[in-house]
Amino acid sequence: MRLILALICLALSLTAVAVVETYDFVSDAERKRYNALIDELRCPKCQNQNLAGSDAPIAQDLRREVYRMIKAGNSDQEILTFMHNRYGDFVLYRPRVTLETLALWLGPAVLVLVGGGVWWRLSRAPRQAANAALSQAEEARLRAMLERNDD
Amino acid sequence: MGRLKLFIPLILFLVLAALFYAVETRVSDGEYDPKALPSALIGQPFPAFELPALLSGEPVDESLLKGQISIVNVWATWCPTCLYEHPYLVELAERGEVAVFAINYKDDPEKARRWLADKGNPFRVNIVDQTGQLGLDLGVTGAPETFVVDRAGVVHMRYQGGLDQAVWDRHFAPLIAKLKAAEGMTN
Repeated sequence: MRLILALICLALSLTAVAVVETYDFVSDAERKRYNALIDELRCPKCQNQNLAGSDAPIAQDLRREVYRMIKAGNSDQEILTFMHNRYGDFVLYRPRVTLETLALWLGPAVLVLVGGGVWWRLSRAPRQAANAALSQAEEARLRAMLERNDD
Repeated sequence: MGRLKLFIPLILFLVLAALFYAVETRVSDGEYDPKALPSALIGQPFPAFELPALLSGEPVDESLLKGQISIVNVWATWCPTCLYEHPYLVELAERGEVAVFAINYKDDPEKARRWLADKGNPFRVNIVDQTGQLGLDLGVTGAPETFVVDRAGVVHMRYQGGLDQAVWDRHFAPLIAKLKAAEGMTN
């Protein structure tokens, strides 16, 4: 039980992120929206970090911008569109489905299908090699080899 | 057939090795940068702005970039690569193939003026973007970055990183030749 708890804590700790600045929000709903957005938006300078997890100057600027837009009454969709217009598909961790991002959306499914197909083929294939009986000549050779090893 | 199957892993390995080798060669040649972020602004008009010019202090706006093929260099005194590329920008301005503009990005204007006085000023106009708001509208992620803008004020390219002759020849010269040719046809 303790082990399971420890494992859960370990798994959860991966999502703990450090944000440097603190912003004031009038409501919990606003704070939740802010946190969800900076979790969802990707830092354009970093290879794989969201805005919440990055201390790059550009990530700080974009966090400030998200805060400003929430304060100004913009909807989540407007904020995401604003970022997308400036930084392209890269900035969204859930990119819009376009011809260019299709590989990202379908890639995993295709890989699972290919892997599943291979696994299915392998699991159905008769184990010929293991079951194949040896011919008399092969038996004789095998015995000869084993005997030689005994010396 | 059974024996051929044994070679599948080796063949896969060779295919992948060839692929990685090809990509890696392009990276080391400077032809492909996996970290480069495609700009969302390509084919779009340069974003509207109204900001002071660094030296005159007069306000300027996006109409500045219309009427000639220009490059717009995003730089700052805190950026080491900007120091590296500065002599090349001076050379480029002297050659006069394109108009060289700049955005002084999230910098101290006083330091920027001193930098230009020390190292020479290749820029026709230096747009002061102290808050980074114009940088944000341009999708700038850091400095240096260089944009190519045509006569109509439309953005055609964004390059992330320092400029030198090799980068210019590879990435800029073909595009600028193309833009000039297109202009020749409409004139």
